[in-house]
Amino acid sequence: MTLSLFGTAALCRGLEEQTRSVVRLKTVDTEVSNAEADFTIVRTSDDLKRAIQNDHKSIFAIDDGTGRFLSLEDLQRRTIAVPAQFSYLDAGDVIGIHTQSGKFRTLYRHNSRHNSFLVTERCNNYCLMCSQPPKDIDDRWILNEIRQSLPLLDKHTRTLTFTGGEPLSDWADFISILADCRDQLPKTAVQVLTNGRAFAKSEIVDAWRKVNHPSVIAAIPVYAAVDYVHDYVVQAKGAFDETILGILKLKDRGQRVEVRVVLHAQTARIISDTCRWLARNLPFVDHVALMGLENTGFAIANDAQLWIDPIDYQTDLAEAVDLLVAANVNVSVYNLQRCVLAPSVWPHAVQSISDWKNAFVAECEPCTEKTRCAGFFSSGRPRRSKAISPIL
Amino acid sequence: MARFLAAEAFSSSNDELALLPFHFERTGTEQFLVSNMVGDFIRLTENEINRLIDLKLKPGDGLYEKAYAAHLITGSLQKGQRQLLALRLRSRMSFLREVTPLHMFVVTLRCEHSCPYCQVSRQSTDRSRFDMSEATAQRALDIAFESKSSRIKIEFQGGEPLLNFSLIKTIVSAAHSRSGTLGKKVDFVIATNLALLDDAVLEFCKANDILLSTSLDGPADLHNKNRPRPGGNSYELAVAGIRRAQEALGPDRVGALMTTTEASLGRVDEIIEEYLKLGLDGIFLRPLSPFGFAIKTKQYQRYDAKSWLEFYKRGLRHILDINHHGTPFREFYSALILTRMLTDKPIGYVDLRSPAGIGIGALVYNYDGSVFASDEGRMLAETGDNSFRLGHVDQDDYRSLVLSDRLVDAISASLTQCAPECSTCVFESHCGANPVHHHATQGEALGIKPLSDFCARQKGIMHHLLQLLDESPRDAAILRRWAGA
Ligand code: SF4
Ligand code: SF4
Repeated sequence: MTLSLFGTAALCRGLEEQTRSVVRLKTVDTEVSNAEADFTIVRTSDDLKRAIQNDHKSIFAIDDGTGRFLSLEDLQRRTIAVPAQFSYLDAGDVIGIHTQSGKFRTLYRHNSRHNSFLVTERCNNYCLMCSQPPKDIDDRWILNEIRQSLPLLDKHTRTLTFTGGEPLSDWADFISILADCRDQLPKTAVQVLTNGRAFAKSEIVDAWRKVNHPSVIAAIPVYAAVDYVHDYVVQAKGAFDETILGILKLKDRGQRVEVRVVLHAQTARIISDTCRWLARNLPFVDHVALMGLENTGFAIANDAQLWIDPIDYQTDLAEAVDLLVAANVNVSVYNLQRCVLAPSVWPHAVQSISDWKNAFVAECEPCTEKTRCAGFFSSGRPRRSKAISPIL
Repeated sequence: MARFLAAEAFSSSNDELALLPFHFERTGTEQFLVSNMVGDFIRLTENEINRLIDLKLKPGDGLYEKAYAAHLITGSLQKGQRQLLALRLRSRMSFLREVTPLHMFVVTLRCEHSCPYCQVSRQSTDRSRFDMSEATAQRALDIAFESKSSRIKIEFQGGEPLLNFSLIKTIVSAAHSRSGTLGKKVDFVIATNLALLDDAVLEFCKANDILLSTSLDGPADLHNKNRPRPGGNSYELAVAGIRRAQEALGPDRVGALMTTTEASLGRVDEIIEEYLKLGLDGIFLRPLSPFGFAIKTKQYQRYDAKSWLEFYKRGLRHILDINHHGTPFREFYSALILTRMLTDKPIGYVDLRSPAGIGIGALVYNYDGSVFASDEGRMLAETGDNSFRLGHVDQDDYRSLVLSDRLVDAISASLTQCAPECSTCVFESHCGANPVHHHATQGEALGIKPLSDFCARQKGIMHHLLQLLDESPRDAAILRRWAGA
């Protein structure tokens, strides 16, 4: 199942005062809320009647497929109406909407374990396999949207991811968002997907540390043990040096760091060398994630340089995991199917693919490992290993 | 669509490359063993090492990748690798932050054994002459608690310390109360032959969480020959004592140490089996020490480093096979060196570090109040050589002892980081200064390393371990586990 996470509202009324608004959804059965941001979900004409009876001020109508029930009433209220493919939206979810155009994005889904905020599309790397190709645009409005969203999230949210682009492009603003997380969502673990280069500057690491967030982790990619290989993958000369320096400075100040390696033809063949190097040089990082490639964004354009069948690096990956385990480093393998992994790796293989873009294929039906398997990305242009076959 | 650059666009030109410090040693006609600043090893051919030194290497040629990943080269404008090396070195040397964690109290010189290689013990019942007084013990405790370590270990030595059990009890309770007021943790060990072990001792150990450390040299005939006592039953008493202590205190609360003599050399398998039989989790294959009576009785010269290495290698082989058969069992000295070779843990093991562990790693309070920089130092004194006597509990405090010229001179004269031979040695990161040993065998703290049996053993052990790591995957898997990375 792939969920649509952005679209255009058929109707967006009563919000014209602001260019953009952040809206939280609630059900018609809950008490009338005075919060400006709260909108009552209405799926049928019955819902709508009840909402009006109970004096709900703001209506979020999800098309039932016919879209006609809205016209039954003469709505003077604040109203947003979205197409039927957004019927997954539910109480507690948060969306951001551009009030004039009606363009909106789902920012937070209450019942998902995989909530992430895109912080910016700008980045100083230009990775061969980037799933979110960088754009050099002024998108600082996103930071405001996030700032408005945080108070609306469930305080029991377990984890939240910030991604980009490079979230630290406007580092001072981003770090103030981290402080907001600390204050408003103290129980929520925060993960920041960053290329780590910003942390080569001591002032940025110091600011990060000063927030003293109880559970933030910086997830930083290291693609090789050799400078130019990493620099080539991220298409930025000098990136390796800055990234390593950044990791050291974070750890030196007691901050949590995860190292991530995306596996493709440029990194997978040398993965045991990379992990031997990590085990020897950075055994103090908090976690290492070895991640199967999501074939989307730039990865499609660079298919010739990047595609490698995971089965062809199965043994290297197993050795890599072994080396990290022997050095007592926490290691996980993401996004790879059990049938392409050596059984010794299974205990480390995680069901990592976000629920909204996770799928299985016909072969998986009889597989005894299906309930533990990561399955596939349904996003982008999925490529499959020739080795996919059920474990019986 | 975006434009992507090819890999070549990201390589440094040669004038941007710089060498990082490394050590190397020829291991064959074409082969070199190379170690970087923190002791990671890599093997290079002669051609490769020459190209490396001339910086005639470039991305894609295989050597560049090897040398870069091993921190032998870096970009001259880069900082990451240098910072990484600095941080790793800092971690490796951070044992220096815990100053003098070990304090040995020689509570009596008396012993009911009469071991020929024993350096110090006396067959005597004269308590007043050879027992430590309570006043001396209290002064020694003052000094021990002055050291800056957050946690100290007090080890009771002899002679046979249990012959002065009452003083042990006094010291333990006094140390506990000081530990409470000063907020310094304290652990205890009694080094005993267990011949005098009884319920009272066991109960006391249990109540105070005291570790027992004993001697076990191997099978009965070997052990009893090494350790004569009236009744000729040293072995029987030791084995019974170990079992009893394991039962009363727990299997991990009693350890055994062996002493190697000439008679041990052909019998390493049997010795190991003894340890295994007792359910001990490993053995420390020790060389014979060249001190005191051992030198006097000419034991020391009777076998050299080469025959000891044979003994060690055979023993290690046997131990690895025991592991392959499913019983985890370690050789502790190898484990120590492997931990140094495969991790950056700070290992402050007193006899294998530079700066040496004398005084700043351990202090020894002799029965008569004199203070020594190491246990071997006290043994030398028994033969009339006071080179490592730092002072006396009545005249000195912690500061005056560790800042004494005698100690500072011995430590600074023996640093492997700048000693001839050591400073360029491929094993330097994992080795140690051994000033007392070299003083005893060569008459000076530094020592001429090509003449040193210590050096020969170190090189032999490390070459051997590296060979197993490189060439024997099955053994390597076990050895890596010992390093407990
Ligand atoms: S057959 Fe499907 S469910 Fe089974 S391991 Fe492979 S991908 Fe996973
Ligand atoms: S003692 Fe020998 S093995 Fe040790 S560092 Fe010195 S020269 Fe090398």
